[in-house]
Amino acid sequence: LSFIYFKTMVFTRFVEVGRVVVINFGPDAGKIATIIDIVDGKRVLIDGPQSVTGIHRQVIGVRRISLTDIVVAKLPRNSTQKNLLKAWTEQNTLATWEATAWAKKTKAKAARANTSDFDRFKIMVAKKQKSKIISDKLAQLA
Amino acid sequence: MSRQMKLYQVVGRKAPTPTDENPEAYRMKLFAPNEMMAKSRFWYFMHQMRKMKKTTGEILDVNEIYEKNNRYVKNFGFWIKYNSRSGTHNMYREYRDVTLNNAVNTLYNDMAGRHRSRNKSIQIIKSATVASKDCKRPGTMGIHNNKLKFPLPHRIMRPASKQVRSLYNANRPSTHYN
Repeated sequence: LSFIYFKTMVFTRFVEVGRVVVINFGPDAGKIATIIDIVDGKRVLIDGPQSVTGIHRQVIGVRRISLTDIVVAKLPRNSTQKNLLKAWTEQNTLATWEATAWAKKTKAKAARANTSDFDRFKIMVAKKQKSKIISDKLAQLA
Repeated sequence: MSRQMKLYQVVGRKAPTPTDENPEAYRMKLFAPNEMMAKSRFWYFMHQMRKMKKTTGEILDVNEIYEKNNRYVKNFGFWIKYNSRSGTHNMYREYRDVTLNNAVNTLYNDMAGRHRSRNKSIQIIKSATVASKDCKRPGTMGIHNNKLKFPLPHRIMRPASKQVRSLYNANRPSTHYN
């Protein structure tokens, strides 16, 4: 492969050992896990680690996962829970994930879905206050 | 969903007679959807190979054999004999999976898809876990790379559940996510 080809690599997210994925279908939808082995072109073996994300070691179809940009570096194939957890804590993978815009948007969406009527009222009032400040400032500048 | 094959161990022998108090017992491991069919297949094979049949013999035990460790991926090799429309052939096929039962089900489905063979036309002579260095098929050997990585070029997104799907979308879907 020439140097030029690498410079213009179209794909940046790969199915590989150590790749952090978000499960997008099924009972565990929304949770993250790590690919620890590849079964074949359509299935991968994933693991949470279970204590961090709640996902047990299982085979999952590649259609049910969404690849993220995060890779747990230097993870050997088929690593144990203990080694995976160690790699996660050493590399601060969870913190890296939660700092991403993706994770923040998911969290915000979940928070919004869980608002009570009173919360929605408070949000409406806050929005009105914010727009009043902006329009007052705008009037000042005019 | 097609019938799930399970691995059974069937032990049987000729019925004891006054002349032969303790006939030799034979053990057979075979794949069957349930115990009843496992016993039936046991007699089918046994009377081909030894002078005993269901009426002249007895089954001592039927046990399901479970996967010892389903937490890592293995290469399964199957030596099979199957009837095609014009003859009977031997085959060796390999599948990568986590349990033997899953691999056997894939085998049957694969044979049905590629060779139009029905379950009853396939006889599994031998099944074994094959070490990576002994694998023969390029399909399984291609996954044996420790640094294997591949992208997912054509992504078809679907809603996480029926509750969140929508009939109309504001935007046309994009299949490139990487």
